[in-house]
Amino acid sequence: MLVLENVSRHFGGLQALSGVNLRVEPQRVVGLIGPNGAGKTTLINNISGLDHPSSGHILFDGQPIHRRAPHRIARAGVARTYQNIRLFGEATTFENVLIGQHGQGRASMLEAIAFWPSFRREERTLRERARELLAQFDLMDVADVPAANLPYGAQRRLEMARALATNPRLVLLDEPTAGMNPSETRALGEQILRLPQMGLAVLVIEHDMSLIHQVCDEVYVLNFGQIIAHGTPAEVRDDPVVIEAYLGKE
Amino acid sequence: MDFLIEAILSVVRPIGITEPVLQFMLVNAILGISMYLLLRTGMFSLANAGFMAIGAYVSVLLTKELDFALGAALVVAVIVCALIALPIGLPVLRLRDIYLAIATIGFGEVVRIFFLNVDNMILSYLNTFQDAGLRRYELVGGGRGVRNVERLTETWHLIVFLIVIIFLLTRLQRSRFGRAMVAVRQDERVAANMGINVVYVKNMVFVLSAMLAGAAGVFNGHLTRIVTPEMFGFDRAVDILAYAVLGGTSVWAGPIVGGFVLTALPEVLRRFNEYRGVFNGLVLLLVIVYLPGGLINPQGWRKLWASARRRLTGQPAQPEAGGG
Repeated sequence: MLVLENVSRHFGGLQALSGVNLRVEPQRVVGLIGPNGAGKTTLINNISGLDHPSSGHILFDGQPIHRRAPHRIARAGVARTYQNIRLFGEATTFENVLIGQHGQGRASMLEAIAFWPSFRREERTLRERARELLAQFDLMDVADVPAANLPYGAQRRLEMARALATNPRLVLLDEPTAGMNPSETRALGEQILRLPQMGLAVLVIEHDMSLIHQVCDEVYVLNFGQIIAHGTPAEVRDDPVVIEAYLGKE
Repeated sequence: MDFLIEAILSVVRPIGITEPVLQFMLVNAILGISMYLLLRTGMFSLANAGFMAIGAYVSVLLTKELDFALGAALVVAVIVCALIALPIGLPVLRLRDIYLAIATIGFGEVVRIFFLNVDNMILSYLNTFQDAGLRRYELVGGGRGVRNVERLTETWHLIVFLIVIIFLLTRLQRSRFGRAMVAVRQDERVAANMGINVVYVKNMVFVLSAMLAGAAGVFNGHLTRIVTPEMFGFDRAVDILAYAVLGGTSVWAGPIVGGFVLTALPEVLRRFNEYRGVFNGLVLLLVIVYLPGGLINPQGWRKLWASARRRLTGQPAQPEAGGG
């Protein structure tokens, strides 16, 4: 589904990614771990189109997407969340989800202005679907609260809900549990585990190894922009190369 | 309609708002909305005085030289503004914040200087390539402007136009395009990740805003009876910005109130003579300091009221709940 072939990205002299090969298959949850500064967020930015690789290919469903504008990648079915929460703070919870559904609307500006029946029908379905998503992520009570005023955990959940609102087939989660307590982390893990059942593939960046063990089918380890290990969570945990990258040599 | 206008005027005339003042209030409300669209999408553009000039000049030439009706001139002028806005917007809207402001100020100056010199440009073209042998040529009258324009704009034109614009605007805001505008202002990159074509949204809003400013120019040109380049300089660009800032950009009513207040204030305060200009600046300053969201912004008033009460009752300031 998602294939990265030999992807490199350098900023001037800094080699953020070098020769990364990575695959995410449909309905799989793939983890991406690595020490701080390993290039994990750069990788997700490259997949979602906010940044473009210096060389290499990124294929989604066999189509090259590494030169495409971010909105086209989003509409092709790639959604993401952000390490430092980036909600539309002045908009309400409900509006955030509606904005996420932008790519699914077909009504043109003129149809909207004219209040065309097709536009009204479309608005109704979008709003219904938005409410379902809010219910799924336990956000119904705060639907009309500006996103900036939500408690931290709810903001994290809203980021997930908004990403799913784009109707994706692949979700990129950038440290979804950062700043959460263990019980919140476990609850979010359960939400993540529901995604493959809904037919989605997931690439999750995470520091919390308990979450990785809970949700991931396989894990890639990134260090200094290179993939240094790949396998099941248990294999990766015991890999001496990985231990060295995190803890240093004895 | 006449009865309604007369009723409004009978109320406001005692405070110094006569029919011509009311007309300029309505024109400036349209300009306020044109700025509101830009700010709502996060674009700090000062190009609208330029588009206003284009609207005014194009329409005035059409009605004066070619006997167009005002409505027909309005349509043509607005289309011309859209056609000019599109190629300007594509490169310029890649800029942000203060850089966008400076580039668009540049556009406004280019437009002003173009109308100042276009007669001479045409003259030298005619003499060089057509051997016309002319001494002078007058189309827009250079710095003296187009004079003796017929006063075609009626108050009811402006009221109907404003109502139609408000109607369309509220529709637009509730659509997915309206939501995309708000998203682009708050975080362009995230908006793009949500599937929003940021370039399209920005350019579309820039064009719509230019069309509105052009329409205001058409009405304005047929009110003042004279159209000169100096009417559309940097001052005007800042005035347009002030309408939206004073009224606020959280709801559509904001820029309308802003346009009304800043236009009416000097007339209402006429008896203060030379000092009346000071009040506009003072009001603007007070609003920016104490009501950063503008006059039409319930949240801002609530905050102001809360802090005023605290000060009066002598309670220490409390941290804002929710961190909003």
